[in-house]
Amino acid sequence: MDEQLQATPICGRHRALQALMAPFGGWDMPIQYEGIIAEHNWCRTQASLFDICHMGEFIFQGDFEADGLEDVFTFSVNTIPVGRSRYGFLLNEQGGIIDDLIVFRLAADKVMIVVNAATAPKDFAAIQGRLQGGEFTDITAATGKLDLQGPLSRYVMVEVFGEEVATIPYFKFITINILGVEAIVSRTGYTGELGYEIFIPSEKVCELWDLLLQDERVKPAGLGARDVLRLEVGYSLYGSDIDEETTPLEAGLEGFINFDKSFIGKDALLRLKEKGVSRKKVAFEVTGRRSPRHHYDICSGGKIIGNVTSGVFSPILGRGIGIGFINPELTATGTPLTINHERVTMEATVCELPFFKGGSVRA
Amino acid sequence: MSMYFTKEHEWVKVEGNVGTMGISDHAAHELGDITFVELPKIGATVKQFGVLGSIESVKAASDIFAPVSGKVTKINDALDLAPEAVNEGAEDAGWMAQVEIADESELKNLMTQAQYDDYLKTL
Repeated sequence: MDEQLQATPICGRHRALQALMAPFGGWDMPIQYEGIIAEHNWCRTQASLFDICHMGEFIFQGDFEADGLEDVFTFSVNTIPVGRSRYGFLLNEQGGIIDDLIVFRLAADKVMIVVNAATAPKDFAAIQGRLQGGEFTDITAATGKLDLQGPLSRYVMVEVFGEEVATIPYFKFITINILGVEAIVSRTGYTGELGYEIFIPSEKVCELWDLLLQDERVKPAGLGARDVLRLEVGYSLYGSDIDEETTPLEAGLEGFINFDKSFIGKDALLRLKEKGVSRKKVAFEVTGRRSPRHHYDICSGGKIIGNVTSGVFSPILGRGIGIGFINPELTATGTPLTINHERVTMEATVCELPFFKGGSVRA
Repeated sequence: MSMYFTKEHEWVKVEGNVGTMGISDHAAHELGDITFVELPKIGATVKQFGVLGSIESVKAASDIFAPVSGKVTKINDALDLAPEAVNEGAEDAGWMAQVEIADESELKNLMTQAQYDDYLKTL
């Protein structure tokens, strides 16, 4: 095994459960326990527990305007009410995506920024380089994160955390005392189901993991199932669907950009808007059970017009689904495409996101 | 009746001149949840170690190679709708194709069950 891999506090429990482990974003992570499809089905119908301790968390405390935080992201931090969170991007000067992230407004002068694992060091450096003051800290190592996701997650959360949790609306969070420490419970997730992200001091995260798993409605799920779940609802995966070479305009994520404020990358995006994008995100469904995969060619009229960035067999739809980037003129719903890779060829049709529309995320 | 295996984890069960083939339990376990099996056409001729079909799981897509040469006489088309049968019994109900064995001497290029079990220990 790569010696540089980091391990989450829960790693020993994954091994005891005989999880298949693999490197992800520099961390040794569980890919599956009993099987990706079984774990996927459980999350769509019950409640699944994910070890997400690998993700990065930063704290900023200061004056958002005077210290420069307000110009760091594609959305306004100032206008997030305390107790709410907002999704958006950290861009480079060219408008390329350094990371996609969520900012939690903890207090009038304090936020928590939650970022992807693989990008955490470069995110921290980029944000720090843009700040003119305030206090900016990386609390990743001290912070454990568990996601409980699935239509039954609310019942489980209420039993463990109390009634307060029952009424948290989507993209809101509360702080709550549990196991003698303070935890943040947020109504967010990456599965398209009703669910919660829990941030707790890392020395208590194993205890919380065990406590949640005591409920027979809860089973652990790995990153394999998480990837299928997120793709079925059309969420982007950083490093596959979006990266520093891709702007939110190409990725169909313009809704997370506030052009009424200043931010790094804004000029580049405005120029690109004017000129028009040369490639655009497209979602497609395959005829049959074959799975499109990252890097497969997307073709039309015998020509390669782009490539697949995410693809999988959707257990809930019973067919292959995928996301890719192609010539914008061929992205209209219903457009036929062919997906090719070596001996493999599959017919596909452009469709709208999400692929799976029956999730309980807003229940 | 005897079973033979390839290094690529396919098996063939030989009964007279009929060879039934598929992937090993080990291979099915490694692939994880199998979601699609591409089978050869009846009447097609396959060559030893040439492509027989392909198999996809949530994790990966791989070619399946024929353990022996021959003409395909039967395929397990139940796998079209229920490829998970390969996970449930790769060396049994999850068989993929049956061929008329063209050349029995090719079996010497394969491993016996005992040799294959030893081979797995080296991986």
